[in-house]
Amino acid sequence: MNATETLAARIERGDRTALARMISWAENGDPRFAAELNALWPKVGRAWRAGVTGPPGAGKSTLVNELARVERTRGKTVGIVAVDPSSPFTGGALLGDRIRMDDRTLDPGVFIRSMASRGSHGGLARAAASACDVLDAFGFGTILLETVGVGQAEYDVLDAADTVVVVLCPGAGDGIQAMKAGLLEVADVLVVNKSDMPGAERLINDLTEAVHVRFTKRAWQVPVVAASAGTSKGIDDVLDAIAAHRAHVEAQGLEAARRRKRVEQVRHSVSEQLAERLWGPAGLRERVAAQLAEGASPHAIAAALLEEITRGLAKPAEARR
Amino acid sequence: MQMTTKKIRVLVGKPGLDGHDRGAKTVASALRDHGMEVIYTGLHQTPEAIAEIAAQEDVDVVGLSILSGAHMALFPRVRAELVKRGMAHVLLTGGGIIPMEDMAALESQGYAKLFGPGTRTEEIAVWIQGEMEKRWKAEGAQ
Ligand code: B12
Ligand SMILES: Nc1nc2c(ncn2[C@@H]2O[C@H](COP(=O)(O)OP(=O)(O)OP(=O)(O)O)[C@@H](O)[C@H]2O)c(=O)[nH]1
Ligand SMILES: [Mg+2]
Repeated sequence: MNATETLAARIERGDRTALARMISWAENGDPRFAAELNALWPKVGRAWRAGVTGPPGAGKSTLVNELARVERTRGKTVGIVAVDPSSPFTGGALLGDRIRMDDRTLDPGVFIRSMASRGSHGGLARAAASACDVLDAFGFGTILLETVGVGQAEYDVLDAADTVVVVLCPGAGDGIQAMKAGLLEVADVLVVNKSDMPGAERLINDLTEAVHVRFTKRAWQVPVVAASAGTSKGIDDVLDAIAAHRAHVEAQGLEAARRRKRVEQVRHSVSEQLAERLWGPAGLRERVAAQLAEGASPHAIAAALLEEITRGLAKPAEARR
Repeated sequence: MQMTTKKIRVLVGKPGLDGHDRGAKTVASALRDHGMEVIYTGLHQTPEAIAEIAAQEDVDVVGLSILSGAHMALFPRVRAELVKRGMAHVLLTGGGIIPMEDMAALESQGYAKLFGPGTRTEEIAVWIQGEMEKRWKAEGAQ
């Protein structure tokens, strides 16, 4: 291999080690990542990205494995990004999703990448969307993005996926909880997994009713699909539901839909990095502490800071250089 | 400044038919508790599968665990599969029931260091951190 060849060039040649390294660069905030992704950007946008989210243990990984297996029989290649939580105390993580995807390891049409959330609170890792971009550029036709096990308030997947699949299962709270959770609102497809277990019928009925009562004005009718990933049942139905949603989005205008999501991605990314720069090495904490010691109120300090920052932003670019 | 998020990524693998997984799981959890991102393969992996996972995950460290006596057959095969995938640079380590002379032999075949029964997991974690610090420092100096 040519030592000076860029990662982007190697990825265009189908080099999986380069693909893996580029995802690491995204994860580590490596300054070289941006130029490589720029070089690949014309190739990004061909894949369909399905986000798979839901509470811990609902069967997301098992379902992703099954979806990948059946997609392969349909002639598609599959890229998978699976996020597990980092410990807030040590920063370490045990990335266990891919244990459920064991039988896909040696399939050259599948690529699986585990990611730790690294302090992101929205159910994904900060680099998850970038990893999907790289897999997309590499040429995978379907991308499956598994979030960490989520509660009632982690929705980053909404901006990273074309279709959001919410996986629920019987025994983990009743229909009322499902209605309360905003999870229901981000779903394009609802899957009741573990439908081999008691209580599945009831959950399906509750969800079907909830969806019909709440989302009557929406153009897309969210389907409720029964599946049992553990016993390979209903997998085709889930894929068909994703395909139907895709057809709907494409009919409504794919470019506009994706642009809306991209705007949100940029907004998140900028807000996060801005906060890091401000509160990281700049010594703002010390300044605020000193102001507090002088008797200023937190409210007044915050207002003055915001004023200062927006004034800086409003200056023309030349003046700042 | 941007490198603050870089983490040591480790694959803990169980090649072959050996069913002893207590040690592998203990080491995996200990490394996580020392701030590393750890992928555990589960039991009964082929050398090809372990190397393929290491490549897809772009790990910095591959650690193998064997208590069945098959280490002299399996450890070199895992290394060969890693090399085949352009992963010759990973830090190779492992442990289990491995006689001293076998440890010495494997350590002359690309395995940086192997650990036997009774090793404190703290010692393993600190050793990996030290090795990775050295490597990252050398890369940064280039
Ligand atoms: C517990 C045990 C079992 C349990 C395993 C439970 C489990 N899920 O793991 C059971 C009862 C199932 C079992 C079964 C068998 N066992 Co058994 N078992 C043991 C025993 C008593 C302890 C192993 C253990 O868990 N130790 C605790 C862990 C924490 O230590 P460890 O694995 O050594 O890990 C440490 C280091 O080795 C190192 N390390 C290990 N892995 C890794 C990985 C990395 C990356 C790193 C850096 C370090 C590292 O760090 C760890 C921390 O110090 C050992 C004897 C012994 N004293 O080791 C025999 C032993 C391993 N078993 C043995 C045998 C023969 C068997 C059986 C074939 C039948 C039998 N005769 O009992 C079956 C085979 C099972 C199978 N399918 O493979 C032999 C192996 C002989 C050999 N290699 O030549 C041993 C040595 C006993 C003996 N003296 O005969 N066994
Ligand atoms: N009965 C039954 N069990 C299942 C089914 N699907 C998954 N499971 C089991 O549910 C458990 C959790 O499965 P995972 O696929 O790891 O769930 P997950 O949602 O990915 O979990 P996290 O990533 O930890 O949030 C495992 O023990 C699976 O074997 C199913 O359809 N039926
Ligand atoms: Mg999972």
